[in-house]
Amino acid sequence: MSDFDRRSLLKAGLGGAALLAGPGIVPVRAAEWTNTPEPNASIRVLRWKQFIQAEFDKFAEQTKKFSEKTGVKVKLEAESWEDIRPKAAVAANVGAGPDLIIGTLDDPHKFPEKLIDVTDVADYLGKQYGGWYPVAEKYGKKGNGWIAIPQGATGGCLNYRISHVKAAGFDEFPKDTAGFLKLCQALKKNNTPAGFALGHATGDANGWCQWALWAFGGKVVNEKNEVVIDSPETIAALEYVKQLYETFIPGVLSWNDSNNNKAFLNGELSLTLNGISIWTVGKTSSDPKQQEIAKDMNHAPMPIGPVGVPTEQQNVLVYYGYKHSKYPKAVKEYIKFMMDKENYDAWEVSSNGYVSPPLPAYNDNPVWTSDPKITPYRDCLKRCRDNGYAGDLGYASAAVMGDFVVVDMFAEAASGSATPKQAAARAAERAKRYYQV
Amino acid sequence: MAVIAEPVAAQLKRASLWTRAFESRNFLGAMFMVPAIAILILFLAYPLALGFWLGMTDTKIGGAGRYIGFQNFVSLSKDSVFWLSVFNTIFYTVFASIVKFAIGLYLALLLNERLPFKSMIRAIVLLPFVVPTVLSAIAFWWIYDSQFSIISWVLIKAGLITRYIDFLGDPWNARWSVVAANIWRGVPFVAITLLAGLQTISPSLYEAANLDGATNMQRFRHITLPMLSPIIAVVMTFSVLMTFTDFQLIYTITRGGPINATHLMATLSFQRAITGGNLGEGAAISNAMIPFLVAAILLSFFGLQRSRWQQGGRD
Repeated sequence: MSDFDRRSLLKAGLGGAALLAGPGIVPVRAAEWTNTPEPNASIRVLRWKQFIQAEFDKFAEQTKKFSEKTGVKVKLEAESWEDIRPKAAVAANVGAGPDLIIGTLDDPHKFPEKLIDVTDVADYLGKQYGGWYPVAEKYGKKGNGWIAIPQGATGGCLNYRISHVKAAGFDEFPKDTAGFLKLCQALKKNNTPAGFALGHATGDANGWCQWALWAFGGKVVNEKNEVVIDSPETIAALEYVKQLYETFIPGVLSWNDSNNNKAFLNGELSLTLNGISIWTVGKTSSDPKQQEIAKDMNHAPMPIGPVGVPTEQQNVLVYYGYKHSKYPKAVKEYIKFMMDKENYDAWEVSSNGYVSPPLPAYNDNPVWTSDPKITPYRDCLKRCRDNGYAGDLGYASAAVMGDFVVVDMFAEAASGSATPKQAAARAAERAKRYYQV
Repeated sequence: MAVIAEPVAAQLKRASLWTRAFESRNFLGAMFMVPAIAILILFLAYPLALGFWLGMTDTKIGGAGRYIGFQNFVSLSKDSVFWLSVFNTIFYTVFASIVKFAIGLYLALLLNERLPFKSMIRAIVLLPFVVPTVLSAIAFWWIYDSQFSIISWVLIKAGLITRYIDFLGDPWNARWSVVAANIWRGVPFVAITLLAGLQTISPSLYEAANLDGATNMQRFRHITLPMLSPIIAVVMTFSVLMTFTDFQLIYTITRGGPINATHLMATLSFQRAITGGNLGEGAAISNAMIPFLVAAILLSFFGLQRSRWQQGGRD
């Protein structure tokens, strides 16, 4: 009896809790947070411009709550997420500008030495909520430390018209690339085509083109950051997309990120890759035609290719604070406050599931199951690869994406301005210019 | 420590030097020039020199970079997208400038005549120049939209075409489309400036020509055109420079697509420097524009040096 004292009971209890926490049943509550913002701190936050007004309103409301709770004044600004990149670059270069930016993808990896180390925030959130998705960790981490905190992803899923897919002979949405091609061909035959951006659309074009490349085993670089895009796997992906392109609505070569939304809500498109915004806008629209479209649409993850695993590329959003900020502790406190589950969940509900969470523990938010049409967006980061795959994130991966190397390759092959072999060779030549540095 | 007083004579000598300097016309003139020179150095020469320097470095965003000589230019010389952007820029500049000049001159001649509602027409001609570039670019983006184009809609309703025109999705269609947008935007500048030039030509010259029985074409060829030549030189220099360095119109309408078919050197420079993060290469692309721009300026400069030509004579 003497061996079974209070200490051993406590140890046994903790061990059991840890076992349960492993599979995610009970969140680990071991995290500590000791940060205190600087007195009279005042920070400037620049974030991506909203697609859903309620989302931004909630974000602003929570920012106000943060200020009331901590005394830290926050000036919140918003820009189109594509315009944040130049501003972030200028801020990094001149050492002035916003204290904190919520931008996209691997931007922080272009200037890691200019950023506040946020390892403590990442550790706290990771421990508190049972760990990050691996892809979120890759976007946030540089070496052993964290330079950014993933906010989530403006999840991209396939948006489709239920009635048109049924009319094309598919009772359920195809889960593989072969079935997906057949569906697109049938939709074209019925004059209810699919359409995927192939212009310089940073989000949508990069999103589905990277998916197609990876789905067939192609990749820009290998694990050693050597350019390997000119491969038989890439050619297979290009041949596949060439067939897909023939089924698309005309004009996709000129599409930017907003074209598919417009065409879908105008009833001209039956299938595309987009965030949940088309459905949300349609649902809340005063136009009965758009409401009808929203009722008749559903979402699905991108199909799985011959590689046998999901290969999605998602527009991951990241918090990163600058070292030029006079109030780095206030910056970290703000990130922690906004990312804390209670606040994050409330914000997620307002956004109607617009941002797929970076922490699996956040998947229990009722918004994800409030309507089955929202559920596919929940696991976007689970199915996602980072845009530097299979190499590192950094200047080269950002440059290849920023220079539309993969998108142009698919556009060249699909439109017939180059053969798949020529397009892959040209993409390799372009990618090498960045990866040789 | 005791302070040793400066000899009074030396103080007087220094004061007198200072006073005398300010009494000198040359010195005072130079002093008045200082603020202008400082502004020129700070806002014109320094950014240009910095651009040159960056083009010779491998600077990435947020990094210091190191001197690499002409490596960026060597790398660009092997870059097919860069050469495509050079071709696009020349194509865009040549066609847009020629058409802008032709339409601008025609409008200027028209507005120089006695027309009803002349002031209102002049105001309308100026409109495209008044509208911010980005707004007009967005308007053209809609006009050229693959699904919602007003042009395609009208042509279909008129029964002239059966499917929407792919204005921006086909490389050559896209090139011509952005040229057309640039022409719309640039014509007012040419028209109004040439109109100002036309109004400086003395009516007595035309009266004399009329008395001599000159036809309209003869009057245009032998009076209007020679007298307008100096203005044409200035207008076309500015028009070429503005077209060659255009950025907003292209970036808003196509972002250089499809398949880089409308990438100008300016838009490619931005893409490589800012979205791509390679400031050195972006600066090198900008620097590669300079020889073209200098050539355009020199052409105008040497043309304007010819005094007889300035006065409407022949060389």
